[in-house]
Amino acid sequence: MNTIGWPNFRSLNQEGIVFAIAVVLFVAAAIGLPGFIDPNNLVAIVRSVSVLGILALGMAVVIIGRGIDLSAVAIMAMSVAWYLQLLNSGTPDGLAFAYVLAGVLAIGLLNGFLVAYADVPAIFVTLATGSFVFGYVRSQLITQDAVPVPQGHWVELLGGLRFLDIPIEVFVFAGLAFLFFLFLRYTKWGRYIYFAGDNPAAARNIGIPVRPMLVLRYVLSALVALIAGLLTAASLHSINTRVVNSTLLYDIVLVAVIGGIGLSGGRGGVRNVLVGAALIGILLNAMTIIDIPLLTQNLIKAAILLGAIIVDGIINPRDEQTAQQGDI
Amino acid sequence: MSFRERLQSWRYNLVPDHVVGEILTKRWTDNAIPFLALVATLATFGSIIPGFFKLTALQESTRQLGEFSMVVTGMTVVMLGGGIDLSVGSIFALSCFSAVYVFFILEQSVWLALAASLATGLIFGAINGYLVGYLRLRAFLTTLVTFIFGRALFDILVTTYAADVQLSTATSDVLDFIGDSTFWGLSVSVWLAIILAIITHIALTRSRPGWHVLAVGGSRRSAHNAGIRVRRTVFMTYVFSGFCASIGGFLIACRLSGAGPGTGLNLEIMALTAAVVGGVSLGGGRGSVIKGLMGAIIVLTMTNGLIRLGYGTGTNQMVLGIMLAVAVTIDIRWLKNRHKVLNEVYVAPVYLKMGETQSAAPGSGTPYELDNRLSAANHIGLGELEGPEDVILDRADNLYCGTRHGEIVRFFAPDYVRSEVFAHIGGFPLGLAFDKSGNLISCVGAMGLYSVSPDREVKRLSAETSRSWTSIVDDARLRDPNDCDIAPDGRIYFTDSTKRYDAHDWALDSIENRATGRLLVYDPKDGSTKTLLDGYRYTNGVCMAHDGKSLFFAESWACRVHRYWLEGPKAGTAECVIRDMPGYPDNINRASDGNYWMAWLGMRTPSFDLSLRHPDMRKRMTRRLPQDEWLFPNINTGGVVKFNEKGGIVEAMGDLTGGAHPMVTSMREHKGYLFVGGILNNRIGRYKISGADPNWTSPASYWGAKP
Repeated sequence: MNTIGWPNFRSLNQEGIVFAIAVVLFVAAAIGLPGFIDPNNLVAIVRSVSVLGILALGMAVVIIGRGIDLSAVAIMAMSVAWYLQLLNSGTPDGLAFAYVLAGVLAIGLLNGFLVAYADVPAIFVTLATGSFVFGYVRSQLITQDAVPVPQGHWVELLGGLRFLDIPIEVFVFAGLAFLFFLFLRYTKWGRYIYFAGDNPAAARNIGIPVRPMLVLRYVLSALVALIAGLLTAASLHSINTRVVNSTLLYDIVLVAVIGGIGLSGGRGGVRNVLVGAALIGILLNAMTIIDIPLLTQNLIKAAILLGAIIVDGIINPRDEQTAQQGDI
Repeated sequence: MSFRERLQSWRYNLVPDHVVGEILTKRWTDNAIPFLALVATLATFGSIIPGFFKLTALQESTRQLGEFSMVVTGMTVVMLGGGIDLSVGSIFALSCFSAVYVFFILEQSVWLALAASLATGLIFGAINGYLVGYLRLRAFLTTLVTFIFGRALFDILVTTYAADVQLSTATSDVLDFIGDSTFWGLSVSVWLAIILAIITHIALTRSRPGWHVLAVGGSRRSAHNAGIRVRRTVFMTYVFSGFCASIGGFLIACRLSGAGPGTGLNLEIMALTAAVVGGVSLGGGRGSVIKGLMGAIIVLTMTNGLIRLGYGTGTNQMVLGIMLAVAVTIDIRWLKNRHKVLNEVYVAPVYLKMGETQSAAPGSGTPYELDNRLSAANHIGLGELEGPEDVILDRADNLYCGTRHGEIVRFFAPDYVRSEVFAHIGGFPLGLAFDKSGNLISCVGAMGLYSVSPDREVKRLSAETSRSWTSIVDDARLRDPNDCDIAPDGRIYFTDSTKRYDAHDWALDSIENRATGRLLVYDPKDGSTKTLLDGYRYTNGVCMAHDGKSLFFAESWACRVHRYWLEGPKAGTAECVIRDMPGYPDNINRASDGNYWMAWLGMRTPSFDLSLRHPDMRKRMTRRLPQDEWLFPNINTGGVVKFNEKGGIVEAMGDLTGGAHPMVTSMREHKGYLFVGGILNNRIGRYKISGADPNWTSPASYWGAKP
């Protein structure tokens, strides 16, 4: 019943709220913070969230299918670290890349297999494989925390590429976002992900290959992580494996969840990732300009993520009837 | 016997296949895997690392173990309640910092530091509990976020106050005692961990709040429907976890006299791995404190061992990742498939070659020759009854029978039209007998031996006997009490047909054909129950001989009747009096002419006899075929057989039309009539016996003429 006075809050979804907050923040920062509205700073904002956004795209696809991939950051950092280590120790580029690609695919397949066919909750599988990937690569395959990109390698050149004065990773993010948008919205397989995320049992009953598609999503997420890792290495000229123990992983979940992709699956899309990434980008940039220490930034991000999860829990309450025992 | 059959009989009768299934029914098998893992881990690292078991080395690792196992105990309780707490590392670190701050910077007493620690843990736990319990957020992500939050806070605090802590001069004997000294060879932290574990264990297994936690973890919805305050219970588990982690944090503050950036790092994944490796189930309801402790020891031994072996950065995470993945997968698969495995292996048929029998076909001329006389019986309670396994009449000619619904129904003389529920017991009342003072004694399937007084008071006489030493399944419990009879001295002799199956799974017992039936005696004088005979193939009917010095009992799947001597030179022994009958015997009762009536629940068939010689085939059958396609004893044709004191067959009668009494499980003679019951029948038959004593009644035969 629409009466005069209060706006209808029910019709406001999380995406709308977050978008409004992002706009308000943007305007406030533009007015209040010197140098925020500067074009270079705006490019820096977009650039800073590109890698995060790319990772969030992969995470979004997994979450829409009612899963989660906590191994994304480990795969991102460790695959590229191994790749660079192989290059530094003289392995031919093609062979090294083939190794790494095979490794990444194997981890994606393992995640998917354990989730889909062994029925292990995604959260535990990916927590365990993430820990394993980091531990294995760090202890067996590489020798130090940070691995530099070899001089003149294409990854280094990639980092220097500019188009219209905008770094290449922004275009990669935009391109990937567009591809994911097309995939999720207009392809049969993309739609199937929503069905499977919304109600896996029903999706299976109508003949959707739910389990193979689950595997596919984790492989996709792993490949996206590899791309994100290569871009990171390109812009920093090295990859620091300590990023695995940082809060990057939670930033990814933050971007996806805060944009309005329900953790119970079946909801959301690329637009939500973009909105989430915009908010986080503006927020991080503003905090950096105000000169808030990194540790405090983490605290603020955690508080926001907590708020986002609480709101998510209220807007998308867990369905006690379909929620399975042991769904934690 | 052919060579093939000899091999089969060795293979299936000598190899105790059934043990596997029986072991799998035990809850403690859940503990076996983590325990073996524990032994293997300790053995491996103990042999690789020199001096691993040396006291000084152990001291240091046990101190760590004390702190760690506390955190694991908290995690275990949360997981039992169906949640998970990833913030334990942060709580641990923050509590440690609280203690350090209060002691070193505010320079307050150790006890105040402890209070600060506990308060930190409890508040943090309460926040988690509120979010997960009351707001019903997802435990994993929520505690993950509070973990990040707490970690960020801790990092800020530590960097801010690190220098102040370094400069502090506060010291305390109490602090040193808690942190460094030992007490009867064990450090304080280990003692505290042991005490906490014991209290938690008792609370979980013996107290109402503990049961509520397990109930909520086992099935949240059912717990809610049962009236348990689910949200509050979940809330409390997180508060408890916070409490445990904070004690751990306080202890490490005492031990290290400070807090550093590494405090509590990776603790959450270690604690989680420990709980899961120990066998605490994800999703709740299954697990114990002991399992959590076993997991804690395994994980800590592994990680410490690897450090001492000198493996580099990352090895720990690798090993933890592998352990977590493997343990979670095993846990999930085991939980999912345990009952399937159990179904597959529980039925373990044995080989049996049944003896040649005489035909019971009409016109065969044998004493067993069946006719169609029972089809002429009148019906009592047609359509009202379900499953009158046994029937009995009292001195006032009223008729009693048990029903599938757990009731004993009384039909009133003289026409047996009017009926009432005489008593409700539950279970499935099977064999019936009247004792001297008119109490109705009944063997109640799946429950035990019960007595119903004339004024309908139901009393349990016996539900268990003494446990045998070698049995794996609990054979003290009466699983399938079947028929009873009462000796002149008042002792009640009764049968328990099988130790391995519940009453309604009698068909599986017949397919398995393992001899686990027993004859037991209940002594009303001291209320004790003793096992007299064991190892028969489905002991069934029991009947006191007319002179009261021996009793007959039926062994259904072997088609035999035995006589057990109560007195005389053969007292306490049994001898087989009828063997290789063509039918499966059920209840036995006295006849007016000094002979005995015996019911046949079904007839032997050549096909099933043949299958008894092929245990492998029966095993495959139960595994691969749906239940309604199994081959099991024919119960579409039964009958009533009269035999004499020596075991000679006097006559046999049946209902060859199958219309009224296809399967007969009992019959009772009373004043010239035979009352016939069947466990799958919907009526009682009343059949006029030609030439029977019209005044003979069973109560009079047992207890003399009316007093």
